[in-house]
This record gives sequence, C-alpha cells and structure tokens, in this order.
Amino acid sequence: MAQATLNILVIDANRIRASIIEEGLRETGGVRVTVLDDVNGLMRRIAEIDPDVVVIDLESPNRDTLEHMFQLSRAVKRPVAMFVDSTDQRSIEAAIDAGVAAYVVDGLKKERIRPVLDTAITRFKAFERLRRELEVAKGELTERKCIERAKGILMRTRGLSEEQAYALLRKTAMNQSRRIAEIAESLVTAAGLLGGEVDG
Amino acid sequence: MTPSERSTAGNEVIRAGFIPLVDAAPLVVASRLGFAEAEGLRIELLRETSWATLRDRLAVRHLDIAHMLGPMALADSLGLTPLPVGLIVPMALGTAGNTVTVSRAVRAELAELGAGTSLDASSTAEAVARLTADRQRTGKPPLTIAIVHPYSAHHYQLAYWLGFAGVRPGIDVELVIVPPSLMTAALESARIDGFCVGEPWGSAAVALGAGHVLTTSAHIWHRSPDKVLGVRHAFAEASPERLGRLLRAIYKAACWCDDAANHQQLARLLSASEIIGQPAEVITSALAMRGAGGPAATTCGDGFLSFAADGAMLARESHAVWFYSQMVRWGQATLDAKAIAAIKSVYRPDLFSAAVETKSGDTASDVAFFDGTSFDATDIPGYLRRFAIREA
Repeated sequence: MAQATLNILVIDANRIRASIIEEGLRETGGVRVTVLDDVNGLMRRIAEIDPDVVVIDLESPNRDTLEHMFQLSRAVKRPVAMFVDSTDQRSIEAAIDAGVAAYVVDGLKKERIRPVLDTAITRFKAFERLRRELEVAKGELTERKCIERAKGILMRTRGLSEEQAYALLRKTAMNQSRRIAEIAESLVTAAGLLGGEVDG
Repeated sequence: MTPSERSTAGNEVIRAGFIPLVDAAPLVVASRLGFAEAEGLRIELLRETSWATLRDRLAVRHLDIAHMLGPMALADSLGLTPLPVGLIVPMALGTAGNTVTVSRAVRAELAELGAGTSLDASSTAEAVARLTADRQRTGKPPLTIAIVHPYSAHHYQLAYWLGFAGVRPGIDVELVIVPPSLMTAALESARIDGFCVGEPWGSAAVALGAGHVLTTSAHIWHRSPDKVLGVRHAFAEASPERLGRLLRAIYKAACWCDDAANHQQLARLLSASEIIGQPAEVITSALAMRGAGGPAATTCGDGFLSFAADGAMLARESHAVWFYSQMVRWGQATLDAKAIAAIKSVYRPDLFSAAVETKSGDTASDVAFFDGTSFDATDIPGYLRRFAIREA
C-alpha cells in the first residue's frame, strides 16, 4: 500500500503556475499528477481521478465548491482533512503563508505526504518569485520608455543630440541623487502638465 | 507574538476577515468610521472570496476575528471542517438578509404556471414545486440553485422552504456552491437557475436585469439568524476586556448602520472596490428592502437585514440548536448529546450581554417560521419528525 502510486490532483486556473507545480511533483516520483483549471465537471470526474491529495490555490474562489464535493462524493475516498495531521501547525502555517491549500485522504502516512506538500509549497513560492520578477521587468520596460520620451523632449526643446540629452539626464540625476528614470518621469510629467509635446 | 498583539498609535490592532456582503457592514463601519478607535482599537480588514479561506486564515492566526456563517462556526466545533479552528461566537451579525433570486427565464416559466408576484414564502415554494414537477414530467433537467456553503443559514432556509412544498433539495432541485460575489455572473451565464445569497447580490442581479427576487429569508423565517462574528478562542481568552471593547465598537457601528439617515454614506462606504465593489445604488436598493421599495418593488419589513435592532446581534443558543437540528435533518451530522453540548459552548450571548448595554427590545420572540411550525430546542427528534422531507 505504501508503495502504491500517489494520485495528486492540482486545481489551478493559472496554467503557468499549475505546470510549475506539476513538474515539481513529478520529480518527487511515485506519483500521478492530474491538472485541472476549474472545478466545473469535477464532480463527474472525481471517481475516475480518485485523488489521494488535492492541491489548490488558497485564494481560489472554488474552494467552498470543492469542499462541498468532497462531502457529497460518497463513492470514492474522501480527501477531507486539510493537510495530514491538523496538529502539525508548523507545516500548515508554511502552506497557508505560501498560498497553498491541500486536502488529503484519511489514513495516508505523513512521510508520504510531506514531500508532496513541501514541493507544492516550494513551487508556489517559486512562482510568486517569478511573478514579482516579471513585474519588475515590466516596470523596467516602462522606465526605459519613459527615458526615451524624456530624451526626445530635451532633443526637441533644447536642440540637443541624443547623447547630449542622455548626458543631461544622467548629470541631473547625479546632482540630485536620484535615478535617471525618476528624473525622466518628472520631466515627462512636467512637459505633459505644461501642455508640451510628450510623445517622443 | 501575533500581529494583533502589536500596537500602533496606541490602538491595539485586530485583524478581521470578511466576505463582500452587506451584513459585513458593522465590521467595516467599526473599522472605518471611528467606532473602533473610540474603544482604543484598530480593526484591519482583509477581504476574502471564499469562506474556507477565512476559516484557514483564522486557524493559522492570520486573522483574529471574522465575518462568518453561523453554521460554519458550529461545524468547526463538531470537527466537520477540514481544518479545525477553535471558535466562539460572541455576537451575531444581523438577521435575515438573504434573497432567493431566480433567473428571468425561470421567472417566466413560473409565471406560465400561474405564479404571482408576492414574496410570500408558501405560495412561492408551491410555485417552485409545480415547476419542478412540470420539468420532471416533460423530461427537462431539474433546477440548479446555488447556495454559498453547505454549512450556512442559506442552505437550511432554502431547504426548509423547498421541503415545505414537497421538493427534495439535492434530488428534485440540484444544489451547488458558488461564492457570494460570483453569484450574479453564474446566473447571467445560465450556469445556475437561481441562488440564495445575502445582499447586495440579489439586488445586483435585479439591477443587471438578470434576476428576479422570489422570496427572502425574512419571509421564510422572520428575524432569522444568519452571519455571526467568529472569534478565535485563544484571542478571546487572551483578553476578555479587549473582546468587550471590540463587541461594543461593533454594536455601536451596527446601530449606526440601522439608521436610515446614514444609508447614503453607508452605501458609498460599502460600494468601494476593496469592500463590496458594487455601485452605491445597488447597495442603497439592498438597504431599502428593509422598508418599502426594494429591487422588485418589494416590502420586506423590519425583519429584513436588521443590523442591531430587536436583538439582531444576540447569538442565541436556540439559533445554534436550530442550525444543528438542520445539520441532522439533512444528514450532515448525527444527533447526540455531546454534539449539542459542543455547539452550545460556541454561541456566547452572555459575552455580548456583559459587554454591551443594548437598547430595549432584545426579548423579541425569534422563532416564527412561515409554515407556523415552532421549534422546540429540547426535543430535536420530535421536531424533525414533523417534516416529511428529511434525510435523517
């Protein structure tokens, strides 16, 4: 029984995150992972998937629905308990902090579930990091655009070359101990306020 | 040290979770309009979409208190929820704020079968029974009605109302779970035929032209119990004095919410995207259902959506026992003395009475069901035998 394949169901509307989690879980070995992006139609499929563990985003609006399905599914094993052992407060907190909710069927051994939960938690966190990096990258893109515009404004209003415009921005930034992007942003905003040409 | 034990600007911080619903108003108003500060507290609000997440955040002490379904707090004490919290309920958050709303298509079907426009609970239940029978006869699928949670006042009120007319919930009518804020979208996209949910979601469906209010929880059970304030047991124990100040702040905020003169301001406050995120007019129309002229030109009377008046904040033991009797009726729990003792220890009207000096009127009788049946908390088996439709 302890060697039987562990059936894990991942429900996540975010496909990128779902695949990151799925990949991690497969690496732990001895598991079969099913990924669904919604709970619609799950009621019909739950007997065929027959999950030992269900992993779902803590903030998923589908959680109340999912818990109701577990109540109703009398024919199959019911993954009722959140986590293996509700007295294991530390790992419950770690999961919830990471934004993971997990349901586990009764009677499964802690040693078998722990790696699955740990992986899910690590992968959720990895996704969060990725998301934050993407946001920063997006921010940098906007900053670069803003600097381009500021250069354009300086080139037009002061008749500077592109290199001279950039040098002016950099010098101003250094003098004021601010980032070039901030100087560029104030310049673009000011030009906009004064009704000047903003597009560069 | 939990976050709530830190203090900022001299005020103790209490973290409160809520679901976007009008009956969260006393918590929101206590937090935003100075009622908490007056008691030396600061209430930080955290909005969630699903009740399960509120429960889990309480369990790991991200939250100290939460807007909660009364039966959910009881289910926790019976070990029926996936993650046990350990809760007490020192106060209720208002009475009877739910509507049973159906899609326009279902409303049209009901009209064809001769249903009128009265919100009266017995005639509307009978109309739904005729529709259900008609659908069975013609081989059409059963109605799908959404509730917010299996352990909810909504579930038991809806099931009670259907059962009265001989409709078996879960068999003749399919019951599904949808979080409150997603109800209108589910109705509009025809994934469900109707729902039973707290305001403003019934009014929102009417405003969208997607729904028709069939009846309300006030019609099914005048001044019926509903949401409560769930408090982590350890948080309550840590400082009974602080809990008392919290209850006073929320009570005073609820009295402010009851005053129609404040409804415009209340509607604006609740309409904010981080609170309910619906137009102020929709919230105003929900609040107006208390009197005359709600969304379906309905008069629900003073029993609908009462925040504090007439003892609406008393978490009565009889309410807890009635909820439990319905868990037994619908096969969610088995009847035993230990369970009754457990649920009785959750509802703590004594804490409210000790902390709050209420206006008069707290003795208003609370058990008035539309079918005339009265609830006997001392004889649950005898009470349940009076209902032909039940699972236990």
